[in-house]
Amino acid sequence: MKLTLTNGQISLTEKRRLLKELGGEKARWVLQTMHTIRAFEEKAEELYALGKIHGTMHLSIGMEASAVGSILALQPDDLILSTHRGHGHCIAKGADLKRMMAEFMGKACGYCRGRGGSMHIADVKGGNLGANGVVGGGLPLAIGVGLGLKMEGKRRIHLCFFGDGAASNGAFHESLNMAAIYHLPVVYVCENNQYAMSFSVKKSCPLERISDRAAAYAMPGATVDGNDVLSVYAAVRQAVERARQQCEPSLVENVTYRWRGHSKSDANRYRTKEEIEAWKAKDPIRRFEELLTAESILTPSEAQEIKEAAYRSIDEAAAYAESCAEPDLDTIEEGVYA
Amino acid sequence: MSTRDITYSEAIREALRQEMQRDPRVFLIGEDIGVYGGGFGVTLGLIDEFGPERVIDTPISELGIAGAITGAALTGMRPVGEIMFMDFVTLASEALVNQAAKIRFMFGGEATVPFVLRTPMGSGTGAAAQHSQSLENWFVHIPGIKVIAPTTPYDAKGLLIAAIRDDNPVLFIESKLLYKTKGPVPEEPYTLPIGSAEVKRQGKDLSIIAVGVMVKRSLEAAEKLAQEGIQAEVIDPRTLKPLDKETIIQSVIKTGKALIVHEAAKTGGYGGELAAVIAESQAFDYLEAPIVRLAGRDMPIPYNRTLEYHTVPQVENIVEAARKLARLEV
Ligand SMILES: Cc1ncc(C[n+]2csc(CCOP(=O)(O)OP(=O)(O)O)c2C)c(N)n1
Ligand SMILES: [Mg+2]
Repeated sequence: MKLTLTNGQISLTEKRRLLKELGGEKARWVLQTMHTIRAFEEKAEELYALGKIHGTMHLSIGMEASAVGSILALQPDDLILSTHRGHGHCIAKGADLKRMMAEFMGKACGYCRGRGGSMHIADVKGGNLGANGVVGGGLPLAIGVGLGLKMEGKRRIHLCFFGDGAASNGAFHESLNMAAIYHLPVVYVCENNQYAMSFSVKKSCPLERISDRAAAYAMPGATVDGNDVLSVYAAVRQAVERARQQCEPSLVENVTYRWRGHSKSDANRYRTKEEIEAWKAKDPIRRFEELLTAESILTPSEAQEIKEAAYRSIDEAAAYAESCAEPDLDTIEEGVYA
Repeated sequence: MSTRDITYSEAIREALRQEMQRDPRVFLIGEDIGVYGGGFGVTLGLIDEFGPERVIDTPISELGIAGAITGAALTGMRPVGEIMFMDFVTLASEALVNQAAKIRFMFGGEATVPFVLRTPMGSGTGAAAQHSQSLENWFVHIPGIKVIAPTTPYDAKGLLIAAIRDDNPVLFIESKLLYKTKGPVPEEPYTLPIGSAEVKRQGKDLSIIAVGVMVKRSLEAAEKLAQEGIQAEVIDPRTLKPLDKETIIQSVIKTGKALIVHEAAKTGGYGGELAAVIAESQAFDYLEAPIVRLAGRDMPIPYNRTLEYHTVPQVENIVEAARKLARLEV
């Protein structure tokens, strides 16, 4: 069956229908999770400035709808592969904020025992097979995750996140092609935030839309407003359905923008302040909050409470992480082999 | 023209600039090397001088970069590629290992592949397991590629210019932690011979042969050892392949003791090759103690600051190992 995924931004009527279907509790979860992701990353920045976190980090502030809208379409036991810009994916998939923050601070009680840090946070039990330091590094693995789930036969599906930059890597071709020929239950979610470091997607991709590449693999593709959480959900949900029911892959492109620099070493020489400001005006959190209050799903004060709860949870996570012990030096060589 | 103190990173940029000015066949290609200036800012400003035709930003396509420099070299160009982190040469390795390294030989000498591929190695930046590796020995093992790892601004400039003018594929490995270190560098272009080690410090009690940032750490260790009355000789091979075996052998004949220091994991690392070179030579007869290798632990680089620190040799580890060796306590 040919499936046409929903493109662009869905209509208000469609949003209302989806909200009704989701129900108030899910809608609250969406809003709170987006706030939590932002609060987590703001805290991470703060801790970095205080010297409590070292190395580097890639913040997804401004891209929260892409992570949350995509994962909203999954079942808890579905599996994701994430990227170097993966805090949002990890939180939306249900990770324990305390262990995440502890990992950030390199503590022994962190998800990776302090070995991985921001770029490698994985929550394997929670279905997150890991962030990745290698751009496009998850794409080849997606083939195997899809194969494994197909062989398992429990109709679990796999959602693989990657960036616009990763879509230019050879791994993209091999992954989508193999998923197509083997009929794998994989949803490819390209988070097109306009840049791979300084390289504009307009320069890296000769097509108007990255999702147009889906045609080369005879799979459906869609490009959606990635700052509108319900538009993301609408398309990814269709792709998830196709993976689960028909065991076939799809490609969804979430068009979004990162507000912060690429990492901790970015002077923003490749873009203008005006461009950044224009995208900030499309804040995915504010947009969803406004929708919920306009639709009387939340009162403004309820919306405020949700936000505060999110920020509180991050403060608690940070306090917990600070109280955790450093890894024991005697264990340094542990964990290399099973 | 004069000599002034500039950083390792500036020395590399100057070499690139001067070679691009001299030879229109030289061009740069890599990820974010234009306005961003590359992952570590080495190529900053070159796009303003030479334009996007000669400072080519690429998508995240490491195999594409390695293929492009190989292919362009076959057409007579002299490209300089950049791989943002050495970890990602793994993605470029097909073009490097199966193509570039073998083409000249396979084609009976009918073609040459004169390119340089620059890439930074090493840990110490908190970037964890996939952005911290030292994979020099992967390429040392491949006949047909030269491998250079300079450790001072002076060596970096002279060896990079030599590498660009060399008719072979050259992997030019930079040490991240050295980018900001300063040293005297002549303004005019100059070359240093590929295949010539340098004794960076004279000493009679033991020979320390170190790679990359470990040269700097070994020199610091040698200062400390000197205060204890131990005179360490520190040798920087500078070019790992071809290797100047003679300088190393002569030093070990003089001191009778060899300490090899590198950051890469010990097992299968370059230290094994250095040890074998010494053991196979006439220096063997002069050894007063077993050859000692001090290297990275056989594990990925961890994120945690303290664990990361203790994964690779530090100055104090070198001091300790050298002291033991000097006292024949090994
Ligand atoms: C294979 C590889 N090449 C280069 C890098 C350095 N790098 C890290 S993130 C990045 C840009 C990634 O762009 P994109 O896929 O669009 O993701 P975004 O950072 O925009 O979220 C680059 C070049 C890397 N980590 N891995
Ligand atoms: Mg991007």
